[in-house]
Amino acid sequence: MKTLLTVFRKEFLENLRDRRTILSALVFGPLFGPLLLALTLQLSLSRNEAIADEPMAVAVTHAERAPNLMAFLRERNVSIEEVTLDDAGARAAILDRAHKLVLAVPEDYGARLAAGQPAPLRLYADSSDLFNDRVGDRLRTLLSQHAQQIAQLRLLARGVDPLVIAPIAVQDVDVATPRSRAVLALGVLSYLIIIAMLMGGMYLAIDATAGERERGSLEPLFTTPASRSLIVYGKVLATAAYMLISLVLTVLACAIVVRWVRLEDFGMSAQLDASTTLALIGVTAPLILTGAGLMTVVASFTKSYREAQTWLGVVLLVPTLPLAFVTLLNLKPTLPLMAVPSLSQHFLMTALLRGDPIDPRAVAISVGVSLALGIALSWLAARLYRREAILG
Amino acid sequence: MIEAHGLAKRFGVVQAVSDVSFTARDGLITGLVGPNGAGKSTTLRMLYTLLRPDAGTALVDGHDVRTDPEAARRRLGVLSHNAGLYPSLTARENILYFGELQGMARAERERRADELIELLEMQEFADRRAKGYSQGQRLKTALARALVHEPRNVVLDEPTNGLDVMAVRNLRALLLRLRAAGHCVLFSSHVMQEVAGLCDEIVVIAHGRVVAAGTAAALLEQTASASLEEAFVVLVEDGRA
Repeated sequence: MKTLLTVFRKEFLENLRDRRTILSALVFGPLFGPLLLALTLQLSLSRNEAIADEPMAVAVTHAERAPNLMAFLRERNVSIEEVTLDDAGARAAILDRAHKLVLAVPEDYGARLAAGQPAPLRLYADSSDLFNDRVGDRLRTLLSQHAQQIAQLRLLARGVDPLVIAPIAVQDVDVATPRSRAVLALGVLSYLIIIAMLMGGMYLAIDATAGERERGSLEPLFTTPASRSLIVYGKVLATAAYMLISLVLTVLACAIVVRWVRLEDFGMSAQLDASTTLALIGVTAPLILTGAGLMTVVASFTKSYREAQTWLGVVLLVPTLPLAFVTLLNLKPTLPLMAVPSLSQHFLMTALLRGDPIDPRAVAISVGVSLALGIALSWLAARLYRREAILG
Repeated sequence: MIEAHGLAKRFGVVQAVSDVSFTARDGLITGLVGPNGAGKSTTLRMLYTLLRPDAGTALVDGHDVRTDPEAARRRLGVLSHNAGLYPSLTARENILYFGELQGMARAERERRADELIELLEMQEFADRRAKGYSQGQRLKTALARALVHEPRNVVLDEPTNGLDVMAVRNLRALLLRLRAAGHCVLFSSHVMQEVAGLCDEIVVIAHGRVVAAGTAAALLEQTASASLEEAFVVLVEDGRA
């Protein structure tokens, strides 16, 4: 038992001095992951907001032919840029991106309006440019609002109730709760946490197995009276320790990021309070042993550091497979599915984020299976290290 | 004392060692000499219990490597071929780690590390990280690591490989000192002169079996050779037959 502690302490401290391990355990996963999440969220949220409120610029030819319309648009935060362009010029201006939108007022606009006939307007826009198309939609909405105003005034002038032309009033009822909307945005979170956690232990697992063999320090190690099994368990535990650090840091970083992005400003309330954060770490932690065992077993088969790196890169993707299946097959959490490591952690994390009630049996199965598998894999790693071929 | 009795080991179709028996006594330096691929490393690896013999056995201070490998390892200090260090640890930390694995108490292993650092003249680099050590510095660290638990028996696999003249001289001085202190020293080499100048007993191994054993003088007499190099060639050629 003392051997286990000795090996654990040495691997842990030695890897604290290794830049690669530190970067992957403490920086890449925990920092870049949540940062990326924050940027994505921030960008997509602020863009929606920008489109709704930003002043919109429209190039107008012959604005003087429609003074009322221009006043209406200016009131609604649309800046009018008067230009002189013919039909071909307007098309070219859009294609050259000189203007996003060009509104052309024909010569007979005023006359037809006065005569109570449909008054023509020409709106040039590029529908293949998604962002500008949304701006175009906004302008179209404004134009139809203006048209409706005129129509209502005309009806009033003829003594008709304007409601006559509003036979149907559709009301959107969005039943998404703020929380569930937030979860949609945070769907990548569980994936991110699991990957960051595995990455945290990857380099230590490689260094302690393939690295040790490549350096030629494995043979001297095995000439000491220390039991090989205990040496291997010490290495697995050191790997697990780095994964735990990585997990805690990543979850904390996510909690901070979620607060920083201020989802509640957008009508979402992804609450990552202290108890949820702790629970997230708690339900994910058992997967650490599975991951550490698996990585140690795989790295034991490899001949060199490089080969181990390649294989562990693949291992890193293994836990993401169940997640992909879930999305493809739209699986709902059931008790049997809780026996699938990484999938069960994903379900539990999602439930925690949504604020759904959690079945204690689900937690028990998830924790039990992950730990049992981790112990089995560690045992297998120890067996592999008892082979003579381990020295290559 | 190390005794090998009819050791044999096969890897797949290759019979690496077929019949190796010899005795390395306390207070003597015993040299295991033979051409590359003769089975020296395999023999030593069976002695320090890294490999399990297919047949035969070995005793380290009377402890059978097959039935009680842990006790055998406890009495051995091993400098394996290409002994690697932990590059992020200092020489001292490398030594202390092995002392801990040997089950030594903290005060004891710290005292011993100080002692070895002085004995091997490692003060200059002992607290620098092992990354970037010279060949000689690496060897000293690996030696100190092997000797940390003051083993009765010391086994070294081709320790002079890749060393410059000064480092070889230092190593020789250390081995003589160990002999004087009554240790059993066993080392392998493929250079006859090196073994001849240092060893009290020479075991010549070729094609996986012992072809001759004895003092340098006895080997010369046995082969009727003028030089040890000639004797070596004769013995290896005979062993093939």
